[in-house]
Amino acid sequence: MSAEAHDHGHEHDHEHEHHHKDTFITKYIFSIDHKMIAKQYLITGIVMGIIGIAMSLLFRMQLAWPEESFKIFNVLLGDKFAPNGVMANDIYLALVTIHGTIMVFFVLTAGLSGTFSNLLIPLQIGARDMASGFMNMISYWLFFLSAVIMLCSLFVEAGPASAGWTIYPPLSALPQAIPGSGTGMTLWLVSMAIFIASSLMGSLNYIVTVINLRTKGMSMTRLPLTIWTFFVTAIIGVISFPVLLSAALLLIFDRSFGTSFFLSDIYIAGEVLHYQGGSPVLFEHLFWFLGHPEVYIVILPAMGLVSEIMATNSRKPIFGYRAMIMSILAIAFLSTIVWGHHMFISGMNPFLGSVFTFTTLLIAIPSAVKAFNWITTLWKGNLQFNPAMLFSIGMVSTFITGGLTGIILGDSTLDINVHDTYFVIAHFHLVMGISALYGMFAGIYHWFPKMYGRMLNKNLGYIHFWITAVCAYGVFFPMHFIGLAGLPRRYYTNTNFPLFDDLQNVNVLITTFALVGGAFQLVFLYNFFSSIFYGKKAVQNPWKSTTLEWTTPVEHIHGNWPGEIPHVYRWPYDYSNPNHDVDFVPQNVPMKEGEEVLHH
Amino acid sequence: MTSLLVIIVVVLLAVALWQLTKIFDLTQVGSVSDDSQVASDNDNNIQGYIMFAFLAFIYIFTIYGLLKWGNLALHTPASEHGILVDSLMNITWVLIFTVQVITQGLLYWFSFKNRGHKDKKALFFADSNKLEAMWSIIPSVVLACLILYGLYAWNNIMFVDKDEDVIEIELYAQQFKWTARYAGQDNVLGKANVRLIEGINTLGVDMSDPNAQDDIVVSELHIPKGKKVHFKMRSQDVLHSAYMPHFRAQMNCVPGMVTEFAFVPTYTTAEYRELPFMVEKVSNINKLRAEKSIELVANGGTALDPYTFDYLLLCNKICGASHYNMQMKVVVDSPEDYKKWLSEKTTLAQDIKAAAAAEKPTEEVKASNDSTVKDTVKTVIDTVKAVVAKVAMK
Repeated sequence: MSAEAHDHGHEHDHEHEHHHKDTFITKYIFSIDHKMIAKQYLITGIVMGIIGIAMSLLFRMQLAWPEESFKIFNVLLGDKFAPNGVMANDIYLALVTIHGTIMVFFVLTAGLSGTFSNLLIPLQIGARDMASGFMNMISYWLFFLSAVIMLCSLFVEAGPASAGWTIYPPLSALPQAIPGSGTGMTLWLVSMAIFIASSLMGSLNYIVTVINLRTKGMSMTRLPLTIWTFFVTAIIGVISFPVLLSAALLLIFDRSFGTSFFLSDIYIAGEVLHYQGGSPVLFEHLFWFLGHPEVYIVILPAMGLVSEIMATNSRKPIFGYRAMIMSILAIAFLSTIVWGHHMFISGMNPFLGSVFTFTTLLIAIPSAVKAFNWITTLWKGNLQFNPAMLFSIGMVSTFITGGLTGIILGDSTLDINVHDTYFVIAHFHLVMGISALYGMFAGIYHWFPKMYGRMLNKNLGYIHFWITAVCAYGVFFPMHFIGLAGLPRRYYTNTNFPLFDDLQNVNVLITTFALVGGAFQLVFLYNFFSSIFYGKKAVQNPWKSTTLEWTTPVEHIHGNWPGEIPHVYRWPYDYSNPNHDVDFVPQNVPMKEGEEVLHH
Repeated sequence: MTSLLVIIVVVLLAVALWQLTKIFDLTQVGSVSDDSQVASDNDNNIQGYIMFAFLAFIYIFTIYGLLKWGNLALHTPASEHGILVDSLMNITWVLIFTVQVITQGLLYWFSFKNRGHKDKKALFFADSNKLEAMWSIIPSVVLACLILYGLYAWNNIMFVDKDEDVIEIELYAQQFKWTARYAGQDNVLGKANVRLIEGINTLGVDMSDPNAQDDIVVSELHIPKGKKVHFKMRSQDVLHSAYMPHFRAQMNCVPGMVTEFAFVPTYTTAEYRELPFMVEKVSNINKLRAEKSIELVANGGTALDPYTFDYLLLCNKICGASHYNMQMKVVVDSPEDYKKWLSEKTTLAQDIKAAAAAEKPTEEVKASNDSTVKDTVKTVIDTVKAVVAKVAMK
């Protein structure tokens, strides 16, 4: 169906169909309206984020003050896992594992991409809703179900999955190897399988919507960069998530039906197991075939949000719109052929290591292009420091700091000695953890008025950003040094190595920053939840933005626009266009007579 | 003590926060009671200055980190290829620091410089092929150099020449312990499989293999200075990773396959202990341990032993609950000391014989007590298992 036909054919039915029969359940729970689904994703993501971050604070406390007694451990972890308030070693690994899983998948994949793809794709391309509202609803509820199962796994008797978020077998396959690989791991796998189904439905929906439902005049080269990143992210997801699903299924077979896909020659707990011929390295390949694209699934949407927010708040076009699109595509392509850099020392043929070093370091080029384009966007701008803008600048900053150390980790020779040390933790938390989180915060501050019709308090936003910014660097910058000292990650305590005694002070400092930074997220939570009800009422276009979502009324209506869907006449970045007196020209404003297009 | 410190920090931050809100509120006084929650010129100004301050924070924190923690990083490599690794590392660091300082500087400087004002208009600057080409080509060239150097080093390190004269040693990983097996006189490791694990033959060495007859199994790794050591790694249960940070060496141990890594140690343990940086590091560590000991003794505990440096082999792949304490001491000897040490060790074959001789009488006693049905069934199962295993081996 062409965009035009869609326009004229359906708009009247939409208005009349949906307004009067909304009940509480269809409006707030089993809603098929993309805006409501976006909010559901966001709230679920925030709740999971609270849990994930709280877990990290617990194990950070253990690392700073190893085997010390804290009442809060006993309260939260119970007598079994924290007798007398001392954290046990197996629950430490469980916390690390679930923290990683929750943050990567539930917060930064579903919480970030799910929220903003759902909110912005229809609004910014000029569509009434997603291509399939029903599938969209199913997608959210599967995500919700997977989150519930993941949380349930925290309460099984032997403890939740504790083999690390990468769940490498045989550790994840054998309950004899670690207690968490019993029921806890089964629930983990079930949860992830459902999560993947949810993610695939969402992604297919995003792809189809972007391809088919763009309004008249919205060509691909007039799409805001947000949409480009959501679109490309969805494609990467569709390509790589099924591979993780297959890995999970094969692992389930190995665990429950005695197959030997990933296991071979194992002697554990005093007996030889029957497995023969499988290879854990195969699992690593399958896992990272998703695992690496996954970090781009996380970071690309954040990049899109940041590009959009930076342009708006700089009152300038994003610099190098086409170069940005090219670099998004290049990153997406390269992201699928670099997974082996997680496996340089896995025992795979060193020749493969050479190939993956080559492809991995290539990713630095499109990444550098993006970073320089963002910096140039700020140059001679008229910067409006709304909280969203601060988080966007912060994102560029942490993306650069974290990205640069990728040159070390992506180089097989250098990776030998820093692999699986705290250096890796510092790198990926800055480049995709904190950066994506900043992107998410930026998105929330920027589009809160669109979601809730009210404004977030800006002063609380400023405090939230600056404390978070200082603490993020305070946590992850010193980690580089303890990583370079050779300190392995996933150690419950370092007290068995006098060699690492001089790192303990650094660990205390890191934990202090983490606790302060974690505590100040409460400022955000307060701001978020109180502003939903008591925030200042928003005007239609508070940030004076050019994109279509700000042409919809503040009050949400099903179908987004009360009348006709606006037509698009120009690209999304006509800020401070010298042909116009106002410093922004929305996409739906027709070109003036004789007006020239001033960009490529 | 530390928790008190944390509380103080939190309280101070809360006070700072309160003051900060007050400042932000005060800045609103002049502007026309604007509560739109959109940044005003005043906000832009203040946030711009904080941007600048934050740039200073990043720079100062970096310098502070380098001065305070720079010497924590691993120092002089103790292996031949380690020099190559470290020189590539240093080149990369120079590059990273340069780019980091410049880009962060530009980012926050532009933020400060271009803080918004209602009378200003931004420059409409949408694209420039020249600039785009510049920052695609320069990184490409720099990265090409890094890639080439990296691949050169990688090929040098990872591919062991078959004809080279090397010492073969097996590193054997299990939850949560390392064992080493020396190839003995013939310098060929005997075949092994976990299905052959029995009694003190904990590595499952195939004792029918002639090459296995002179193999030596030890729990402390000794290697000679100046000779290439070729490690063959095995694991009996889950993934482990043999990490020897001072040698810039790491390789995963994978059940079901043999992985390998080779290097030439260049400092004996005694020599490495005497290096000035190590003397300083150890004295610093001992100072910290002494302080901690005072605290421990005051609480009725025992004091910590003073620390002397030893090379270590650590497990660096999550392998279970006690992953954090899976280590083995590594000793680099002079070639003479190494020979002497090795000649004092008994071979596995001798150990097995001795154990069998010692265990025989007790086993007979045990056998006579085996009378319950349950035990008989178990014996039958064990026999069947052993047969199956043997068939599987073939």
